[in-house]
Amino acid sequence: MTTEAVAVKRPAGRRLAGLFHGRPGLQVGTLLAGPSAWLVVLYLGSLAVLLITAFWTVNSLSGEVVKGFSLENFESLVNEPVYREIVWRTVRTAVLVTLTDAVIAFPIAFYMAKVATRRGRAILVIAVLMPLWSSYLVKVLSWRTMLSEDGVINWALNPLGLHGPGYGLTAVWLVMSYLWLPYMILPIYAGLERIPDSLISASEDLGAKPFTTFRRVILPLAFPAVVAGSIFTFSLTLGDFITVRLVSNSQFIGTVIASSITNDLPFAAALALVPIVVMIAYLSVARKLGAFEHV
Amino acid sequence: MRLSRRAQALLRGVVGLGLAFIYVPLIVIGIYAFNSSKILKWPPPGLTLDWFSKAFESESAREALLTSIEVGLIATAIALLLGTLAAMAVARHRFFGRETISFLVILPIALPGIVTGVALSNTFTQVLGIPLSLLTVVVGHATFCIVVIYNNVVARLRRTSGSFEEASADLGADTWQTFRFVTFPSMKTALAAGALLAFALSFDEIIVTTFTIGAGEETLPIWIFRNLFRPKELPIVDAVAVIVILISIVPVYLAHRLSREEGGVAAGKGAGAVETEATAVP
Repeated sequence: MTTEAVAVKRPAGRRLAGLFHGRPGLQVGTLLAGPSAWLVVLYLGSLAVLLITAFWTVNSLSGEVVKGFSLENFESLVNEPVYREIVWRTVRTAVLVTLTDAVIAFPIAFYMAKVATRRGRAILVIAVLMPLWSSYLVKVLSWRTMLSEDGVINWALNPLGLHGPGYGLTAVWLVMSYLWLPYMILPIYAGLERIPDSLISASEDLGAKPFTTFRRVILPLAFPAVVAGSIFTFSLTLGDFITVRLVSNSQFIGTVIASSITNDLPFAAALALVPIVVMIAYLSVARKLGAFEHV
Repeated sequence: MRLSRRAQALLRGVVGLGLAFIYVPLIVIGIYAFNSSKILKWPPPGLTLDWFSKAFESESAREALLTSIEVGLIATAIALLLGTLAAMAVARHRFFGRETISFLVILPIALPGIVTGVALSNTFTQVLGIPLSLLTVVVGHATFCIVVIYNNVVARLRRTSGSFEEASADLGADTWQTFRFVTFPSMKTALAAGALLAFALSFDEIIVTTFTIGAGEETLPIWIFRNLFRPKELPIVDAVAVIVILISIVPVYLAHRLSREEGGVAAGKGAGAVETEATAVP
């Protein structure tokens, strides 16, 4: 019997499977066909269309989208102080939230990775993980009631003669720091866990005080993980509009996009490019700092 | 690390405060769900179970729940397929553009959700002429769920050696048999964990959903958002909120257990790895 005859007798599925044997190029191509169709054509394609849409305009009489080329949207973004102020406010809040989360997250992550017992660590990981995944909206809703005039915060502060922040920018900062905190804790925890204990012991044996060990050994090694966490705290703050609407009357990039999408889609598209540009800049810096290994 | 007793006590105090900060809002909303008064005044005057029975009776809430489950299941199925394929290509092959693929997978969650939402909605309505519906929501959710599956599977494949697959091929198994009997069994739990997380992520999502959903439809988060501003409905919303927390926490806990049994460590969402030595969080 010739090999050809054997090949003919094999069922179609096996023949197809045989086709891939020893052809890595074909294997990769087949594996990637679906994912790249989705992510490149649909997702990147949509981002490209968004860029193009930013140059369109809306006919002020009919309200219809005019698919031409105009710099009108960008001009109003740059020239109108309102929008400059909104972009600045959003970015400033994102920076503040990121710093706040880094400061709160580091000691917690440090305790989890280097001080807690094995058992304590497992419990803490779950304790941090669960609220990360429990409903975003529910957490914002809870803060909305807590911050209200008759809420828990004022109830707790009143006996001390103090008054809570109420709704406003402080509330946005507070709630967002709360929401994204676990996103910061977990990468720092994983980053710290990767630092070998022997390095820390070596530093201690060489006479370094705990603070020196922390500053000269632990912090530099953990820094890329902090940057990795900051990608999420920063990006999530930049794009949020639900929290902003629920605990303040302020305008952020997200709220303006959300409210202009129905009647001025091209302007919403132009404005949506702002977080994209900011995030691309942020990601390229993060990449240089070695954060991507920790994402 | 050797720390003085005082430093340790201080650190414990900080961790305790941090955990309190994380949990107090969840506890507060939990208590409000049993609030006997319609007014959200703290402390609640008394407790009742009424809102839960009202929540179960609410037809719109029930429908929204079913919609959310449906969207979550379909989006997870798509993400499972695409995420696994991409992970197998990246973890087991070297090719031009490999880095780009792993970057592309992360992009939908590295960029703010509003960008994904506006971009997809714009493409559907302006270019493709597809009206917004549950289908467009599913597409949006699947896009950012891919990364969760991808991260879990890549982490698993990196920990299991490719030499098993080579051995299988050397022993005469064809590509499909190798996948069926060697690769798939070794990543089964990673797939299950990834799927649970992807479902939880989709179930909870509101921003991309807001931009891609059709006019007459509601997922559960959208239902909550719409009823939030109606004072009359607010106690029912609180009860639904507690139900939502429970529904989204169960899959996460299970996913965590699944990946721990296989020796994985931490986990998070965003880039969503539950597993990892290499790929911790978001």
